[in-house]
Amino acid sequence: MQLDAVERAILAGEHGETRQQMMELLVALGKVFGAERMVPIASAQVSGASYKTIGEWGLRWLRGLDARVAVPTVLNPVGMPREGWRDLGISPEFAARQNEVLEAYRKLGVRLECTCTPYYLMRVQYGQHLAWAESSAVAYANSVIGARTNREGGPSALAAAIVGRTPFYGLHDVKHRAPSLVLDVEGAGKAGPIPAVHYGALGSLAGRIAGNRIPFFRGIRPTREEMKALGAAMAATGAVALFHVEGITPDARIFPYDVMALERIPITREEVAGVLKEIPVDAVALGCPHCAPEDLQQIASLLRGKVVRKPLFVFAAAYVMERDPETVLAIRRTGAKVVADTCMVVSPLMEGYRAIMVDSGKALAYVPSMCGAAARLGTREECLREALTENQ
Amino acid sequence: MASVIRGRGIAGGTGTGPLLASSEPISFLGGVDPKTGMVVEPGHPLLGKSVAGCVLFFPHGKGSTVGSYVLYALRHNGKAPAAIVNREAEPIIVVGAIIAGIPMMDQPDPAIDRIPEGTRVTVDGGKGELTCEGELEGH
Repeated sequence: MQLDAVERAILAGEHGETRQQMMELLVALGKVFGAERMVPIASAQVSGASYKTIGEWGLRWLRGLDARVAVPTVLNPVGMPREGWRDLGISPEFAARQNEVLEAYRKLGVRLECTCTPYYLMRVQYGQHLAWAESSAVAYANSVIGARTNREGGPSALAAAIVGRTPFYGLHDVKHRAPSLVLDVEGAGKAGPIPAVHYGALGSLAGRIAGNRIPFFRGIRPTREEMKALGAAMAATGAVALFHVEGITPDARIFPYDVMALERIPITREEVAGVLKEIPVDAVALGCPHCAPEDLQQIASLLRGKVVRKPLFVFAAAYVMERDPETVLAIRRTGAKVVADTCMVVSPLMEGYRAIMVDSGKALAYVPSMCGAAARLGTREECLREALTENQ
Repeated sequence: MASVIRGRGIAGGTGTGPLLASSEPISFLGGVDPKTGMVVEPGHPLLGKSVAGCVLFFPHGKGSTVGSYVLYALRHNGKAPAAIVNREAEPIIVVGAIIAGIPMMDQPDPAIDRIPEGTRVTVDGGKGELTCEGELEGH
């Protein structure tokens, strides 16, 4: 691997032991993946922030590090909100350990924002190199924005944040970003555009078909929010880290991809509709991935003047909530819980329900195993209507 | 006369110990007890053996990425392998070896399969070399 003078100095230990170890880690991963050089990154998003995941030894490792991150860095969602965890039934013992993990990250200069939507907090531009870890954020950054990131692990994202570079391989390289499969969504245009939630359903199907390939969609014209739902679902049911939509996503508009020779798989409107099964539910969860500012406003507007009859949880980044306290308050007045820093999948908040209704294909994939409940997919409007209906 | 097995250096440093080889991948999370270094995965070829102080040779890691932290835990409990040799390195073991300071190499010359289990060998993870005393059969 070709290293420049700065990188060689870090590897030689001239910038301290922690940076040296982080550079060793990046060089070793670079070797494994065949990288020939490093590339500077604009930002990092670090997973392995939840105490439940990394445990005592992960915490000890973090505490032993002595350096500051070189680029803006945020965290993945954790197992509880930083504020108000007591009211949500989180045990003080768990909270104490979780806060020790956060404190360790704070000392490293990491901004204590725990979210799967870092793109609402940090300006990300087309062509920028990143080291992000959360699967749906990676899919969004690569596909919707046209930034370049592999799906990092916790330590590799943190190492990249501290050194400010990441090995140049995989999705950093334009050569490896071309589509490898065409997904033709059929009948989508006939009865008008596919409704927003159906992008979660479409993503559930498409992720299973695509696996770790790079799909090129034809026959749909999704908005950014719809692509967020599509990518999150595909990253959950498959390992999709980048997708293209004909005429829509930036790379698909810039590069003249020749898709004629690629395998082509049709997905019908009926198959997409088949993902939407109606079952009775006793709770509703929105915000997987975390809500956009406009999502919060839409939820507040749809709930205005009403009182929820079922537990309704809404998840968003703390930063997004803090910027619009009136909207958050308006949602809370209906009896709904608006929760920062965590989500239905990584916290124990939504354990103990029989069935949970969600508006996300990603949540549909994870709720059964992570919350021990059945999951039902619906549109945002259908979810809120359900939340306003008394439990039977 | 020493025999040298060449491969690719992954994590620097040298480590010496008896060779312990597994034909199967290893999941450190759930598969190895971080307190004792014993392999505890049911049905694993190394079940009941300790990785502590050994030069551990296995195809590659598997399972959760949290396995990296188990290697770190083994190091702090004095139960880490002296060195790791993988046929093909992947991120879980690479990250674990580096944060735990365990010398590591991969892609060893096939002659490694002829080294009898328990032979004392030394791995130089910087150079990507494994050295054992004496001639290997068939050389």
